Amino acid sequence: MTTAVGPVARGRGLAARRPLRMNATLAAGLALLGALVLAAVFAPLLTSWDPIEQDLSRSLQDPGNGHLLGTDQLGRDVFARLLYGARTDLRVGALAVLFPFLIGGALGLVAGWRGGWFDLVLMRVVDIVVAIPFFVLVIALVFALGSGTRSIYIAITLVGWVAYARIVRGEVLVAKEQEYALAARASGLPTYRILLRHLLPNVVLQAFVFSMSDIVLSILAIVTLGYLGLGVPQPTPDWGSMIQEGQAFIFTKWYLAAVPGLAVVITGLALALIADGFVHRSGRR
Amino acid sequence: MRYLAYVLRRLVATVPVLFGISLIVFFMIHLVPGDPAKTLLGIRATDKAVAALQKSFGLDKPLWEQYLDFMGRLAHGDLGRSFFYNVDASELVSGRLPATLWLVVSATVLALLISVPLAVLAASRRGSALDQVIRAVPLVGLGMPAFWVGIMLVLVFGLKLRLFPVSGFGDDVAGHLRSIVLPALTVALALTPILIRSLRTSMIAVLDSDYVVTARAKGLTHRRIILSHTLRNAAVSSVTVLGVNVAYLVGSTLVVERVFALPGIGTLMLDSIFNRDFAVVQAVTLVFAVMVVAINLLTDLAHAALDPRVELS
Repeated sequence: MTTAVGPVARGRGLAARRPLRMNATLAAGLALLGALVLAAVFAPLLTSWDPIEQDLSRSLQDPGNGHLLGTDQLGRDVFARLLYGARTDLRVGALAVLFPFLIGGALGLVAGWRGGWFDLVLMRVVDIVVAIPFFVLVIALVFALGSGTRSIYIAITLVGWVAYARIVRGEVLVAKEQEYALAARASGLPTYRILLRHLLPNVVLQAFVFSMSDIVLSILAIVTLGYLGLGVPQPTPDWGSMIQEGQAFIFTKWYLAAVPGLAVVITGLALALIADGFVHRSGRR
Repeated sequence: MRYLAYVLRRLVATVPVLFGISLIVFFMIHLVPGDPAKTLLGIRATDKAVAALQKSFGLDKPLWEQYLDFMGRLAHGDLGRSFFYNVDASELVSGRLPATLWLVVSATVLALLISVPLAVLAASRRGSALDQVIRAVPLVGLGMPAFWVGIMLVLVFGLKLRLFPVSGFGDDVAGHLRSIVLPALTVALALTPILIRSLRTSMIAVLDSDYVVTARAKGLTHRRIILSHTLRNAAVSSVTVLGVNVAYLVGSTLVVERVFALPGIGTLMLDSIFNRDFAVVQAVTLVFAVMVVAINLLTDLAHAALDPRVELS
């Protein structure tokens, strides 16, 4: 349960930039995510195979003979596709969260500070968007916009900003009654300065922690869209399309579908550990 | 009487949400780049088909008039007409709705059956090795793609152990029950991490409360305290947590239906996407959203009925 840690104490969150005090959970999460990112960045050094080069004479080979995880139905190296798939999914997953974070955060900041009709209208829009299941709306929007990375960014932004708006608004409602915010207001500082210099650093931590689990949701959405054939266009490697292709050979080559799924699970675990670690650090368990 | 007034107020509160949902679903077609009719039907579409789609959506009329037409049709239960099947979308949706409802209900029951005992165990043995293991479940589970879990369940329980059918919905109630186990377990496993985490926290709060301390001081056994004093509260918490996550639960059914070839509205929506059958995609999105609003409403009412402390005013 979220405990009521005073916002004044919280005010030292990210703002004061105190040295990053590691806990085991945060360290494990950062190490795991670091390993995944490094594997994605240095993919060309870890494998010599081209992830999109087809060779039907080598199709569906078992692991071994230079192919660490064997080959898929088109003779492509599965390990290479896994590494290059990490590049696609991690990049798109993280970027897809950036826009909702900025837009939702900004709207929540203004709504929480101003209140009134803006807050009322914004919160009603939030109620409406959350009433439509995330995957249903994302899939419907990607269908309407046409499949591809750009559509994924737009769809996730249109659906995802509501969570950030809610979180930041809630934090601002508490923070704006604190002494430092009242003092800033009384000293006649312009609103934008109060919001950006005084309130934002104190309310952004919760949104940041949420963004870790939101990246998981975003990656799950991208992988799901890939599985449904609506995601990153072929032949770009993507874990979702790898699972979809591997499903046809589940009885004989189960690892073709299992391994990319495990990669998603490990990514999710890393981000969940980081989020948990930050929650521990801020004393908000 | 107060409860009835609460029901009415909650009903009234859903009206603006439903209105907003209708706006989102209506404007979906206007997100389609270029000429929606041409883009949706693809480059090989005949002029006749394009004209029929334009007429069906009234794309040649002013926007407000299109929306009024859309709402007028909705008021009569008309969800539009499927181009691919050439029948009313409402007819298609109502034919596919039972399988989805079966899935939602059985997944909910399974999720509770898995998460309540685990949350109770973790909370009552706080800090133990067992608690640590159960607390690790959400960390791992949150990142599992539901469709991948489904494929793995098919591999183990369908293909290797041959315990359950791997696809379809069966022909009778017994067949439905057998066919729904794996899809329901898939959806339940997607929901379980969230439920365990929230329920464990609620259970700890209950176990620390004065009346449990009093019960313990009176010499009641741990088992009795859990069974008679905390489970009712766990039930109330479960209902609330489920309510909060119902949109996630309903959304998961979409792709899980595809994995198990379950003839529900999720499969219908995905098929319609590939058939470029926009009216059906709109209809299913609307039905999914109304389903979430209805379940949220029922959750609030159940919560108010279960927990007398809920503020009805």
